[in-house]
Amino acid sequence: MSDRAGIGETPLAVEHEERPELRHHFADVEQQRNAATLGMWWFLGTEIMFFGGMFCAYLVYRRWYFPEFAASSRSLDLIVGTLNTAVLICSSLTVAMSVRAAQLGRRTLQVKLLLATIFFGLVFLGVKAYEWNNKYKEHHIPTFSFSANDLIKENQKLFGLDQLQNDPAKLQERKAEIQRRSQIFFSLYFALTGMHAIHMVIGVGLFGVITWMAYKGRFTPEYHTPLEIAGLYWHFVDIVWIYLFPLLYLIDRRPGA
Amino acid sequence: MATAAVTTERKNYLNAEYGIRSWLLTTDHKRIALLYLLSITLFFFIGGFFALLIRLELLTPAGDLLTADMYNKAFTMHGQIMVFFFLIPSIPAVLGNFLIPMMIGAKDLAFPRINLLSWYIYVAAGVLYIYCLATGGVDTGWTFYTPYSSMFSNTHVVEAGLAIFIVGFSSILTGLNFVVTVHRMRAPGLTWSRLPLFVWSHYATSIIMLLGTPVIAITLVLVVLERTLNLGIFDPARGGDPVLFQHLFWFYSHPAVYIMILPSMAVMSEIIPCFSRKRVFGYTFVAMSSIAIAAIGFIVWAHHMFVAGISLYSALVFSCLSFLVAVPSAIKVFNWTATMYKGSVSFSTPMLYAMGFIGLFTIGGLTGLFLATLGVDVHVHDTYFVIAHFHYVMVGGAVMGYLGGMHFWWPKISGRMYPEGWGRLAAVVVFIGFNLTFFPQFIVGYLGMPRRYWQYPPEYQVYNVLSTAGASILAVGYLLPMVYLLWSLRYGKIAPDNPWQATGLEWRTASPPPTFNFDETPEVTWEAYEYDKMPLPEEVTLER
Amino acid sequence: MADHSEHVVRASLYWLVWAILIVATFLTAWVATVDLGAFNTVVALFIATCKASIVVLIFMGVKYTHEKMTRPILVGAVFWLLILLILSLADYSSRYAG
Ligand code: HEM
Ligand SMILES: [Cu+2]
Repeated sequence: MSDRAGIGETPLAVEHEERPELRHHFADVEQQRNAATLGMWWFLGTEIMFFGGMFCAYLVYRRWYFPEFAASSRSLDLIVGTLNTAVLICSSLTVAMSVRAAQLGRRTLQVKLLLATIFFGLVFLGVKAYEWNNKYKEHHIPTFSFSANDLIKENQKLFGLDQLQNDPAKLQERKAEIQRRSQIFFSLYFALTGMHAIHMVIGVGLFGVITWMAYKGRFTPEYHTPLEIAGLYWHFVDIVWIYLFPLLYLIDRRPGA
Repeated sequence: MATAAVTTERKNYLNAEYGIRSWLLTTDHKRIALLYLLSITLFFFIGGFFALLIRLELLTPAGDLLTADMYNKAFTMHGQIMVFFFLIPSIPAVLGNFLIPMMIGAKDLAFPRINLLSWYIYVAAGVLYIYCLATGGVDTGWTFYTPYSSMFSNTHVVEAGLAIFIVGFSSILTGLNFVVTVHRMRAPGLTWSRLPLFVWSHYATSIIMLLGTPVIAITLVLVVLERTLNLGIFDPARGGDPVLFQHLFWFYSHPAVYIMILPSMAVMSEIIPCFSRKRVFGYTFVAMSSIAIAAIGFIVWAHHMFVAGISLYSALVFSCLSFLVAVPSAIKVFNWTATMYKGSVSFSTPMLYAMGFIGLFTIGGLTGLFLATLGVDVHVHDTYFVIAHFHYVMVGGAVMGYLGGMHFWWPKISGRMYPEGWGRLAAVVVFIGFNLTFFPQFIVGYLGMPRRYWQYPPEYQVYNVLSTAGASILAVGYLLPMVYLLWSLRYGKIAPDNPWQATGLEWRTASPPPTFNFDETPEVTWEAYEYDKMPLPEEVTLER
Repeated sequence: MADHSEHVVRASLYWLVWAILIVATFLTAWVATVDLGAFNTVVALFIATCKASIVVLIFMGVKYTHEKMTRPILVGAVFWLLILLILSLADYSSRYAG
């Protein structure tokens, strides 16, 4: 059925005249739409592997340096992170609803929902910037006068420092090690959230264009492929965050751990 | 010359429009293929220039032509250019781009504008790389191993890394286009089991491009960030692990060797049945072995890291898995030979390249097995044995396939025949030059000559002199087709639509094809390679 | 040709999914503060995977699509990711020192 090229019964010439969005090399709109969504799905597969490289690094060091990762993770703001996750989920809802509005041919609703999506996206990025700024103030940005002193002070027991009190040389060594290892956590934190943020920025830009197209009435119940595939992208970026949230913020939040 | 006046020329993709704009803004997959052809040829010559420097330096044991630093840069840029800017795009972006839509009876690829975009991305990356080269180059080896690349090298690693990051996107987009095209654009009746093996192989290649390339992209980004922002993820001095870099690098770069060889196998599967006048032996096996290679190719990467400090257990596992990947490769080789067996084989130029491919790829593949054997690898790792191995597969295999394919489809691409005598001569010269260049490297590597040094003990000189002599012959072999193919554009015989009496759809349209490939969408009712039902007509004689 | 018109999902279903996702988000955050030993990570990843799955199935419409390829692509890409993660980690966990 749709897996074979959909060169169907529609007389080609007629369909090409009636549908301005149909590009010359496709037989019909159906085939064009299928191609576009299929392309986006493959692209998302690519994206999974793109983040996968960083996830791989994350897992390796998380296993090696668990105490430092746990302590660093705890220095992230749980409440802000949770709320920001919620913001992103709201944006996914508005995207899904806007595709639905397009399917029903409700243009104003569609535009409103798209604007809401952009709004949520910007809120997310704003909050992210706020969090990064906090990290800057806490000297948690790698190499920018990075310091793990606050982590060391708060986690004496976790890091096993209490047992080294009467061996200053070892103590110093261990502290330097903690410094290095928590810096690795933050390197990965910034790489991962940074890459995610870049994807968000691209997404917001993309939705700017989509909103404009929707406003111009380009989308109909039969044809709204650009909106649909932009939506797929947006949901994907959301899913990446759904994993980043527990992996970065929730490494070990147990009381007394 | 006489012909020009006689015929009013048919409209085709070449004369449909004129002017530089009509090329730079084209979305015609055939024109984009030619844009790629020009650009990769340019890089082939730049890469070749560095090869020349390397071979000249190694002519004598002393470091006399280049300093050690310059030598490091020469082999680095030779490798990076040849791998990322020539071989990876070579067959897919030129022949694949040109042929896949025609082979499946489509007017174009699924995303013509993305296709053009991928070329521009390639060019942008190429310009950045040339900038890197012109401002002093890079010396990390094509592998960018950390922490040398991230901490110590004071050459232009960032530019080179970014250039290769960017060129990766052009390959991802090409892969994306191919996959979607094969799924969505096939002509009526063209089921998966009727697809030419060329298309199957490119489908497998595209999967690797899509799922492998992003990993090297992010890895290079991390290296660049490490240099610019001092992240330290791969820096042992700061708690990072350089072996992790190697895992991530080879997760892409081993499959990448299949990005280079699979398209060449694709070409083989077209040439061999055509010049044996037989159906491909075991169509399903050949098709499935492409997919198997793509899949298994992803689980062998750590065979490049046996002595890098990975665990012994995982070395054992990866060693075993590496043996597995030879199985589908061998299936292909056996099937091609079986196709030739009792066929009426004609030794036309493309077939000469194909036969060269089979022999050289077999040697390359089998020495891969030597290397995948843990104990042997400890001895020959980082020696010229490895260099010989991968040049047998990448140059003896992939480049031979590329040249064979260029000759086979040249009449379709250009509308002219190349001079057969010169073609055969060049094929033979390439074969001889190649073996003379690289076979001695097996020996000298086995004797212990390490790779990546600009000096060596005098007892290795014989082999190096042979090798450099071979390289000069090889260079002649590569220049010859450049000359006579260009010559043929003007003076070659006008090509008929189907000069080889081949069965593929691409031969059932004009040479050169019209812009939309077919005057009307073909309806496919036959299997691929029905050479038994396609006897040579009286007037056609293939060279014997 | 077969009718390929898209499936229009009820708005209430989207709202329901949204509610589940929000609740699950707060649930993950809360459950992380409960001592489950080694299971904290498992639970967190399990919830994340459930969330991701309903986004994929409902919001991204995989449940309703006529497209036969989306599922194989998705499963394939995740499988490839696991190859990368598992085979790399296998090396790290079988080394003598960590
Ligand atoms: C039959 C399957 C193959 C096996 C089992 C195999 C095995 C190996 C092994 C074990 C090495 C590492 C040697 C060392 O560094 O000590 C190696 C290196 C290499 N192989 Fe293969 N190989 C195979 C096919 C190929 C193919 C088809 C290509 C390219 C088209 C290729 C390209 C390379 C390259 C470029 C290197 C060197 C990388 C470097 O260190 O710079 N191999 N191969
Ligand atoms: Cu390999």
